Formats: sequence, structure tokens, C-alpha cells
Amino acid sequence: MKRFFLTLSLLIILAFQTFGQASEVEMATGLRTSGKIYVVVAVVALIFIGLVIYLFSIDRRLKKLENQD
Amino acid sequence: MRQNWWKLLASILVLYSIIGGFLIPVPALPILHESIRNLFFHVPMWFAMLTLYLISVIYSIKYLNTGNEKYDLIAVESVNTGVFFCFCGLATGMLWANITWGAPWPNDPKLNSSAISTLMYLAYLVLRNSLDEEQKRAKISAIYNIFAFPVMIALLFILPRLTDSLHPGNGGNPGFSNLDLDYNMKWVLRPTFIGWILMGVWIMTIRYRIRLLENKKNNI
Repeated sequence: MKRFFLTLSLLIILAFQTFGQASEVEMATGLRTSGKIYVVVAVVALIFIGLVIYLFSIDRRLKKLENQD
Repeated sequence: MRQNWWKLLASILVLYSIIGGFLIPVPALPILHESIRNLFFHVPMWFAMLTLYLISVIYSIKYLNTGNEKYDLIAVESVNTGVFFCFCGLATGMLWANITWGAPWPNDPKLNSSAISTLMYLAYLVLRNSLDEEQKRAKISAIYNIFAFPVMIALLFILPRLTDSLHPGNGGNPGFSNLDLDYNMKWVLRPTFIGWILMGVWIMTIRYRIRLLENKKNNI
């Protein structure tokens, strides 16, 4: 009987602990405070700028072709 | 360059949305966590697709009115580009669903109807390729397109709202807009939409101009 109550109380404590954890939503604040997220932003921005320059160059080549006719 | 100002605007807006989308503070929500930032990248794909399909249906009607072949070419290239954005939206949505809903494709009404509308527009492209005679092809596909557009709107925006859906903004499930009281997500989200729509239109015009050149070559 004693052991039963012991495990029961243990379970209740465990349940409360998990509840306490669930109420706090984990966000990637650590990633941002260390400053490393800026590297990712820079990489994605660079890829996008590259794509835009590529699109502009396609546009220009097309214009040349259109002017030929 | 002067008449290309909107292309530059599109690039700047999307660039702004990439930087802002990663860095602005977002509401801390369970399950979603940082993946709420996908809002800045997944949703504009669908807006670009919608705008391109709208352009397509407008030019289909214009074609039927005038019989000008160029309008037909704009209509088909809009659908071609729109289908590309549609697949981008489906793929990013599946990735997002995998971590938040536990499966890439839960049988949700919003997802299934988006699949049906995708197939509908793929059928449009297949229908075009199956007809050889140019005027007949243009006419039949224009009429098909006019019927497909309202069905697509009903499938994506009306039917999912009538049932239960996991997708935010559908079937009693609130969208993200009501969270945006303390956070300025809308100041990134709105330019993002405009930026991606303009990007889509830009790609469409490039495809259209290539198609025009090809047509000219074939006629000579």
C-alpha cells in the first residue's frame, strides 16, 4: 500500500512537471542571440539576389533576340 | 530599364520579405514554434498562383472576344507559370504539414481540393497539347479555362470553409491574422504577397516572349 502511494505521488509530480514544460513554448531565441541566424539570412538573401540577377540577364538576352527581328 | 521598374520592385519586396521573415519577432505558439515563419514563404506561392490563373482567365475571355492569338499565348503561359507556383505551394505545404500535423498529406479538405484544382489545370495543359489545329485549340482551351477558374475558387476557398479543416483560416479554424495584434507580421506579409505576385508575372512575361519568338520562327 505504501509503495502504491509512493508511485502514485511520483506519477503526479511527473505529470505536473511535464505540464510545466508544455506551457512554455520553445522558440529559437538561442540561435538569434548567438547571432548565427544572420548567416542563414545572408545566405538565403544571396541566393535570391543571384536568381534575380540571372532573371534580369535572361530578360536582357531575350530583348536582344526580339530586337533582331 | 525605366519600364522595368516593377521587376526591381518585385525583387526588393521579396528580398525584404526574406530578411524580415527570418528576423522579426513572431508569436510563440505550441506545435508551430519557429515554423510560423513559413507563413512568409508558403502562402505567397498560392497568391502568385491565384493571380496568374486570374490573368489567364482574363486573357482567355479577351481571346474569345477578339480572336487575337497573342491573348491565347498569354493565357497558356500564365497557367504554365501558375502550375509551377502551385507545385511550390504544395511541396512547401507538405513539408510544413509533416512537422505540425504529423503527416505530409493528412486527408484534409483543403489539401484534397487543392490537389483536385492542380489536376484540373494540368488537364488544361494536356487538353491544349492534344489539339493540333491552332484556332480550335485556342478556343476550346479558353472555354475550359473560363469554367476551371470558378471551380478552382470554390474548391480552394469555399468548400474547405464549410467543413472541418486542419488548415488555418478554414472550417472554424482561425487564421493567423487574429494573432497579429502585438506582432507586426502583416507589415512583412503584405509586401511579400505583392513581391511574389510580381515575380510570377515577370516569369510569365519572359515565357510569353519566348513563345512569341518561337511562333514567329515557326511561321517563317
